Amino acid sequence: MDNTLAFTPSVSPSRRAWQRFKRNRLGYWSLVVFCVLVGLSLVAELVSNDRPLVVRYQGQWYAPMLHDYPETTFGGDFPTPTDYLDPFIQQKLAEPGNWVLYAPNRYGPKTLNYFAKTPNPSAPTTDNWLGTDDRGRDLLAQLIYGFRVSVLFALALTVCGVALGVLTGAIQGYFGGKTDLAFQRFIEIWGSMPELYLLIIFSALFQPSLALLLVLLSLFGWMGLSDYVRAEFLRNRQMDYVRAARAMGLGHWHIITRHILPNSLTPVVTFLPFRMSAAILALTSLDFLGLGVPPGTPSLGELLSQGKNNIDAWWISLSTFAVLVVTLLLLTFMGDALRDALDPRMVDASNDGGAP
Amino acid sequence: MTLPKTLLEVTDLRVAFGSHEVVKGVTFHINAGEKLALVGESGSGKTLTALSLLGLVANARTSGQAMLNGQDLLSMTERQLRGVRGGDAAMIFQEPMTALNPLMTVGKQVAEIFQLKQGLTQYQSAQEAIKLLASTGLAEPAAKANAYPHQLSGGQRQRAMIAMALASAPKLLLADEPTTALDVSLRGQILELLATQQRERGMAVLLITHDLQLVRRFADRVAIMEHGVLVEQGTVAEVFGNPQHPYTQKLLNSRPQRDPLSPVAPPAGAVSPLQAQNLAVSYPVPKPGIRGWFGRGWAVALKGVDFALQPGQTLGVVGESGSGKSTLALAALDLIAFTGDLRVGGQPWAREANANRRQRSHVQVVFQDPFSSLSPRMTVEQIVGEGLDVHAPELSPAQRRERVLAALASVGLLGDGPYDAPSVQAMLQRYPHEFSGGQRQRLAIARALIVEPAVLVLDEPTSALDVTVQRQVLMLLQRLQRERQLSYLLITHDVDVIRAMAHQVLVIKGGEVVERGRVTSVLGAPRHVYTQALLAAAAH
Repeated sequence: MDNTLAFTPSVSPSRRAWQRFKRNRLGYWSLVVFCVLVGLSLVAELVSNDRPLVVRYQGQWYAPMLHDYPETTFGGDFPTPTDYLDPFIQQKLAEPGNWVLYAPNRYGPKTLNYFAKTPNPSAPTTDNWLGTDDRGRDLLAQLIYGFRVSVLFALALTVCGVALGVLTGAIQGYFGGKTDLAFQRFIEIWGSMPELYLLIIFSALFQPSLALLLVLLSLFGWMGLSDYVRAEFLRNRQMDYVRAARAMGLGHWHIITRHILPNSLTPVVTFLPFRMSAAILALTSLDFLGLGVPPGTPSLGELLSQGKNNIDAWWISLSTFAVLVVTLLLLTFMGDALRDALDPRMVDASNDGGAP
Repeated sequence: MTLPKTLLEVTDLRVAFGSHEVVKGVTFHINAGEKLALVGESGSGKTLTALSLLGLVANARTSGQAMLNGQDLLSMTERQLRGVRGGDAAMIFQEPMTALNPLMTVGKQVAEIFQLKQGLTQYQSAQEAIKLLASTGLAEPAAKANAYPHQLSGGQRQRAMIAMALASAPKLLLADEPTTALDVSLRGQILELLATQQRERGMAVLLITHDLQLVRRFADRVAIMEHGVLVEQGTVAEVFGNPQHPYTQKLLNSRPQRDPLSPVAPPAGAVSPLQAQNLAVSYPVPKPGIRGWFGRGWAVALKGVDFALQPGQTLGVVGESGSGKSTLALAALDLIAFTGDLRVGGQPWAREANANRRQRSHVQVVFQDPFSSLSPRMTVEQIVGEGLDVHAPELSPAQRRERVLAALASVGLLGDGPYDAPSVQAMLQRYPHEFSGGQRQRLAIARALIVEPAVLVLDEPTSALDVTVQRQVLMLLQRLQRERQLSYLLITHDVDVIRAMAHQVLVIKGGEVVERGRVTSVLGAPRHVYTQALLAAAAH
């Protein structure tokens, strides 16, 4: 047997998983499309805004996106902030010598279109590409901002849930015994609390806000994951490499973070996309019931409830539904691909050892 | 004398997964009533050869011909194959615990075959099953027929599985490592049983094994396989007496050997680096039923063991599975709770965390399974260098790397190249999955040696390795012992390993030391019945 090894580049386990993930075309392109969508929604102010991005008026540059200018700046009569949708202002800005760069969609999430030619809710027109809702707000703008809120909220909820779940699962699984027993009983009690009921009570007690919602949903969202992490820890702490690390004199924290945790993260990573989609759905349904985000925040759930109340305004329910379906589908495709990529039974050629 | 009739004729058998060919054109035959042994190391394709004969390999392309009674097994449909399996040909597997259905009594599992293959009624088949179980030497067959697999011991389970295979009165029995999962003393009995049944029924047996002693005792003819190719075949006497192929010679020459330079006597007057008096370990176990709610019982794994290691010497601890020898290793490492007096370099294990950590550099460990003893998500440098993080945190990154490379070189993983060669630097960034079993075991040894321990606890260090690799690792361990005056606490079930490595021996049974002494006297003239049985079972 030759004990020396030839020079070849080595691939870390997580890198191999990424390569397997990339080989699943549906999952990989879902990730790409999802990232582009999230990226676009993060710069939503450039995409959909009721203020022009840049204005050149009578030889002077203005940036209405960043600053408020009184109407008098552009030849109006009032010292109030300019309404750029006002036909008078638009006419002023269109005079020769002036130049305006508008966002592709000229409405913000809260902009009421006072100058719409059709009554609210308005069907899709050249002004409002996807129509307006029953208060005259542009639907496309609402969807873009609503998508952003949903995804960011879901991300925050996932991060909190994973952090709590991994921490509690690791403590239970690593120490085992009485710690495990006590924690398991606590989870049983905590898990049997009526979550929705508490949400209703708290939304009555406190000012509804995204932060409050995040805290409440996080408090109840970690238990499932914690069970998986606990089981992985219970299995991995018996492995010989953990015993060898203990024989080496490594501390608990070191053993948990360097030896057991990296080998126990497979279920956590596999569940990430599914947790995201569950979080988006949770926020949407709470908004639908009116228990979610404060009124006025653009939200997919609120749009769905508007669609239900204005059943003949098909464009509201249909486009919101489409956004939700596409988002959840993308997340599911990603989750599927990730699960396959991390499946220990999927052995590829690089997994084989050398000659025995 | 009539010419023996050929029962199975395999011609140019090939098995491939994707583009990777594992069995590369194997040709052999078995006569009716003949015992053929197929020998090879892990990964040689011997098990795949047998499985592919019965169409039991999933996702593989097979080609070639395998004529059993004039019918080609490889071109049969799944339906026809089902008639052959458990009909003309039957198979027994290595691990009876996983090959038997845990939710069916063994009697039912045997009876099922009588019902399916011979159309007997439920009552008749149950009677036949008990008769068959009795013929495999299972004590109290009527009672054991109603037992579930987990209620039987390892040997009893293997007997039940042999009964299952025999139920269809096969002409050909494929036995895949039938004794590997069993204790040494049971191996002989099971082999005896197979031989008796083979004689009485006149069936042919294809024995797949890596164990050359088994072949010598059991087979008529032997075929040696290496990397998917049959390198040599012939009668046992021919092949073993006059091996032609270099691989066969290497296999036959792979018994563990004592390093002739190995010191015989310990230096006088030295302090024992690891010493135990009245060392005992008990595990808490739940009491059965409702009493388990209020208290726990204790299962005694080790009852009062005394030993003292000498510097530069090896203390071998030999015993069967369940004898408490692995518990002894864990207790010596202070990884489980124990009672009694255990001293490391004259000091008892400290209970205070920092002092305890400092002591740990004196006693290190190498485990049995090279696949679970290295974290799959750490690189070689991280794995081997980890001990330095704890015991020598003052080292600079360059010094640290130097120490890691020195440790790797000492276990023979670096070759002769200079430390700054690109191949060496690349190796530090490799992950364990890229190494073979023997190389991983070397990595585990390097990880232990880097903190310069006085004592190395070796818990079955070579049982998971192939024989040729085992020999190399044992030679390495002996060289390291000589160079560094290491003391070994060697836990094993293998008498050959003890014979090659140990200076002193403890024979342990049921948590108690039944015999102790110098290796020559214990192995040469065993006094206790248990030691005699162990040696007889391992004899050639």
